[in-house]
Amino acid sequence: MDLFSTFFNMPVLLNSLPQLLSGLLVTVQIGITSIICGLIGGLFLAITRLYAPTIVQVLVRGYIDIFRSIPLLVLLIVVYYALPFVGIRLSPFFSAVTALTLVSAAYTAEIFRAGIEAIPHGQFEASAALGLSNRHTMVDVILPQAIRIVIPPLTNNCINVMKDTALASVVAMPDLLKQATQAQALSANPTPLIGAALIYLILLWPMVYVVARLEKRYSRGR
Amino acid sequence: MSAQINIHNLKKSYGEFQVLHGIDLEIVQGEVVCVIGPSGSGKSTLIRCINRLEAFDDESEIAVDGIAVVPGRALAAVRAEVGMVFQSFNLFPHMTVLRNVMLAPMRVRHSTTKDAEARARVLLDRVGISEQADKYPENLSGGQQQRVAIARALAMEPKVLLFDEPTSALDPEMVGEVLDVMKKLAGTGVTMVIVTHEMGFARQVADRVIFMDGGNVIEAGPPAEIFDNPREERTRSFLHAVLDH
Repeated sequence: MDLFSTFFNMPVLLNSLPQLLSGLLVTVQIGITSIICGLIGGLFLAITRLYAPTIVQVLVRGYIDIFRSIPLLVLLIVVYYALPFVGIRLSPFFSAVTALTLVSAAYTAEIFRAGIEAIPHGQFEASAALGLSNRHTMVDVILPQAIRIVIPPLTNNCINVMKDTALASVVAMPDLLKQATQAQALSANPTPLIGAALIYLILLWPMVYVVARLEKRYSRGR
Repeated sequence: MSAQINIHNLKKSYGEFQVLHGIDLEIVQGEVVCVIGPSGSGKSTLIRCINRLEAFDDESEIAVDGIAVVPGRALAAVRAEVGMVFQSFNLFPHMTVLRNVMLAPMRVRHSTTKDAEARARVLLDRVGISEQADKYPENLSGGQQQRVAIARALAMEPKVLLFDEPTSALDPEMVGEVLDVMKKLAGTGVTMVIVTHEMGFARQVADRVIFMDGGNVIEAGPPAEIFDNPREERTRSFLHAVLDH
């Protein structure tokens, strides 16, 4: 059996393609849900970390440090296999989304905080002097400027979340990787795995390219 | 007539270092006050306390239009009445000139977009920037940016305008255009407190000049008195240093 028919076996690939595409759909669903929840959670955490009462700030900082330190795979297994012992039983989908969101929110919070802190103090003073409320200062003045700064690192984080969705396969989630390993077992041929790898590449390469472009653009200034 | 700005025993420290040593000052409505003095004398800190961009000691009291300048809801009311123009302009770089001027009236005064825009255009015309309304601040010269900043402050129809060294960051050829706008404002009824190094401007426009040094008001009086016949030695030596060169 030659290399080509082992790794690039067309009949096997075509046969497994519907399964792989249904896996891709699950992967994208997990990824996008986690990215959106992570963005919202991260923004909330960043603002609390900067402006909440000291005790809350300390708690938020603790959260951020813990969830940036813990390996995602460990967290996922804890959520899926350990939480049922205290009566919290999440589906594979929600386990994966929960673990990914918890970690992504921690990273996103640090990205947003850096972005907000990069805004010159004069912008806050000008807003205050005009009588703008804290909310309007954030929404109208600070965040629109901070978001420009954080778009490249945020996109980078999105790529990481997308890649980490593959971990969901260990909690029996029928995502792209899981479907590929099952198809491989069924056909006794590794081609579906190669197919899955290629699909991941097709999904993420454009995002990597976009990040590079964004970083170049924003490093030159507006 | 009672004072519009009442400053009583104003003290302010940065850690061990005391910047303001118990300043008492009353400013009446429509008055134009220029604050002069060497750098580090506390003059910027003084005006930044009036709208509480700087916190000050609890025993100190500042009131604007009878409203105490203390943290909380009342502070927002004070800040809406007190406009400020900064040395470094601090325009919002992600908004057009027009939006810069429209923002606060819409958010704080709940003006409609239409009203805010109409008013912004009038103000931009008044400061001579109407052709630049749709540009972004970065495309304007320093003098133009500072004039937009004045229009932005005026959009809130403030009773008091604070100027924190408004021409210090400008190229020399642009100082005049900003001072001209300020001269036109003087005498329109708005109270102006101006920290400045422009002695000629202070002499011409101020109703009262305040000389500060070392966190104290050393001397205050009409410009003619302060510039031509200062009582205090420190005032004399400062004016000598800045004027005779």
